[in-house]
Amino acid sequence: MAFRARHLLGIDHLAPPEILAILDLAERYVELNRRTEKRSDALAGLTQINMFFEASTRTQASFEIAGKRLGADVMNMSVAQSSVKKGETLIDTALTLNAMHPDLLVVRHGASGAVNLLAEKVNCAVLNAGDGRHEHPTQALLDALTIRRAKGKLQRLTVAICGDIAHSRVARSNILLLGKMENRIRLVGPPTLMPTRVGEFGVEVFEDMKEGLEGADVVMMLRLQKERMDGGFIPSEREYFHRYGLDAEKLAAAKEDAIVMHPGPMNRGVEIDGTLADDINRSVIQDQVEMGVAVRMAAMDLLARNLRAERGRAAAGVMV
Amino acid sequence: MSLHLTNVRLIDPEKLAEGSGALLIEDGLIAGLDTQAPKGARVVDCGGLCLAPGIVDIGVKICEPGERHKESFRSAGLAAAAGGITTIVARPDTDPAIDSPETLEFVTRRAAEASPVRIRHMAALTKGRAGREMTEIGFLLDAGAVAFSDGDRVVTNAKVLSRAMAYAKGLGALVIGHPQDPSLSQGAAATSGKFASLRGLPAVSPMAERMGLDRDIALVEMTGVRYHADQITTSRALPALERAKKNGFDVTAGVSIHHLTLNELDVGDYRTFFKVKPPLRSEDDRLAVVEAVASGLIDVISSMHTPQDEESKRLPFEEAAAGAVALETLLPAAMRLVHAGAMDLPQLFRALSLNPARRLGLPGGRLAEGAPADLVLFDRDAPFVLDRFKMLSKSKNTPFDGAKMQGKVRATFVDGKQVFGDL
Repeated sequence: MAFRARHLLGIDHLAPPEILAILDLAERYVELNRRTEKRSDALAGLTQINMFFEASTRTQASFEIAGKRLGADVMNMSVAQSSVKKGETLIDTALTLNAMHPDLLVVRHGASGAVNLLAEKVNCAVLNAGDGRHEHPTQALLDALTIRRAKGKLQRLTVAICGDIAHSRVARSNILLLGKMENRIRLVGPPTLMPTRVGEFGVEVFEDMKEGLEGADVVMMLRLQKERMDGGFIPSEREYFHRYGLDAEKLAAAKEDAIVMHPGPMNRGVEIDGTLADDINRSVIQDQVEMGVAVRMAAMDLLARNLRAERGRAAAGVMV
Repeated sequence: MSLHLTNVRLIDPEKLAEGSGALLIEDGLIAGLDTQAPKGARVVDCGGLCLAPGIVDIGVKICEPGERHKESFRSAGLAAAAGGITTIVARPDTDPAIDSPETLEFVTRRAAEASPVRIRHMAALTKGRAGREMTEIGFLLDAGAVAFSDGDRVVTNAKVLSRAMAYAKGLGALVIGHPQDPSLSQGAAATSGKFASLRGLPAVSPMAERMGLDRDIALVEMTGVRYHADQITTSRALPALERAKKNGFDVTAGVSIHHLTLNELDVGDYRTFFKVKPPLRSEDDRLAVVEAVASGLIDVISSMHTPQDEESKRLPFEEAAAGAVALETLLPAAMRLVHAGAMDLPQLFRALSLNPARRLGLPGGRLAEGAPADLVLFDRDAPFVLDRFKMLSKSKNTPFDGAKMQGKVRATFVDGKQVFGDL
């Protein structure tokens, strides 16, 4: 069994065989999801709680559908407008939920490291659905699955990640995952949106979009994280679109069969041209959403197997 | 009653020398360094332990008034005695701030009642540490303030600061600054670099410290005030400090023990006990400031003791409170520098005892006849594993929990009276 982790907190902790184990299982769930009857009982009897301290529609819906298709009892907590407003701390909220014996906890939080902190305090499997600017592992995994299906491989590809790298957890997880799978990674964006010392990440950094896209197999656009910005990082949206927005002209620098990706939600006309986003010959944005459900099913299935095995061992230990 | 400590290793930071000898305590003073015991003196053979002037710790937060559940004068005093600290110089960043002669008199009285070690107080430089109006520097000096500082709040308005400095200069008062450009460092929880980028933490460039220091030094040049930078933690700020000293300005600098012994990577998976202010730096910076202490460019090592309760630390890293307790770990942590060969014991005690006492005009910090018998007797090699719940500080937020350390205090004397240990 290649996948041994107790939680899925980030790509940082995963070894390449573990990444492949998730992707391989996800392939099977892609098939399942395309059937009319989409039920599995992999998570039957388990309780999944989705705790979103930051508003989310897409990721939360994806996790909810993934859990339900696997037969889990799914509960959504929009913590953004509940007890946190009354002054309860993150750990107290977690302990309260923990006392209800959930088996899978899906957490999104605005502070980097918050999900790691929470995972130390509960005794169920925790999935990071995005923490601050740190990691968003299921997004990187679904991107990897999308790339592997479109390109037929997940190594020795040139991937250009473009836009607001500094504020993006998607970028961090993707850099880690694509790096572990031995791809060539380029980061493209204005210096104000690059993390400091980004050169030490094992990537190439470009300020010019066309240079950065030259010969790329995959063009990954990032959303301009307006809500995470605390001051002027770019002069205006129109200048940003002019220099860094993906349109047909800039995309022409990439390989002819390069695919276009975006984690959503898109700011059309800011980081990506609307027509290009809808071009089914280049854009795999809808595939990414589909793969998202399958990857989350696979990740929760694998974590649940480890959880059951661990509890089984503990129960056996008590009897001996 | 006189006490003769024999068979000790004397650490003399004034002469930068160490050697075996004996020391006589009489009437609260160091009466002599002879090996001959006078008649009637109690003689204690110390078995080769080190004897050094007690530590003078600039910049201790005691949390009284305002947050006594985190630390009180009593608990801080006991912790200091156990750590070989004979004079605490308390910070004014309490709630309310120590910004009037009345609050200063209150804490001075409380300290004298409760603490076994000496406690001296800094006062705020501006009222409420708000950076708008200077405090009553004259009255506060009369009431016993040893220095003026707004703690880690920077007086951003250069006009306000220059006036406060000019006024302080007229009275010969020492101003302690926190060199940092707050417009750059606001909201930062880490030092910018690969580690902070990977962890996704809001970060500040180390350059913010140099910018803050450059500004403060320019104002020192303008006003001629006596100035001390509380913490210099980056290599980039060192040339500016060196230049200011060469130019003859009355400038000194300190560094916290944590910036000398830990680096940014110690934060690991968001361990909030390693969150301090300014944030821990890169290993290159750490090595540079260690060297600066050894050479004497950085004058003072302090604990920057900052108690925080568990609640303010059990939060996501960027929301957690900054600061670490250090009264009891200051000496063993500093011994890491000696054991690593970065400096010898006299150099270390120059920064722990002699320089801070001199800078504040206090009588201690020396191992000389006639000096107050404020002393620490310690075993430089004794190993132990730190258990934070055995510490005397009310708050237990130390980054050294579970750490293997070397160097144990055996006895602490204040005014010749033993306040810690069992001799």
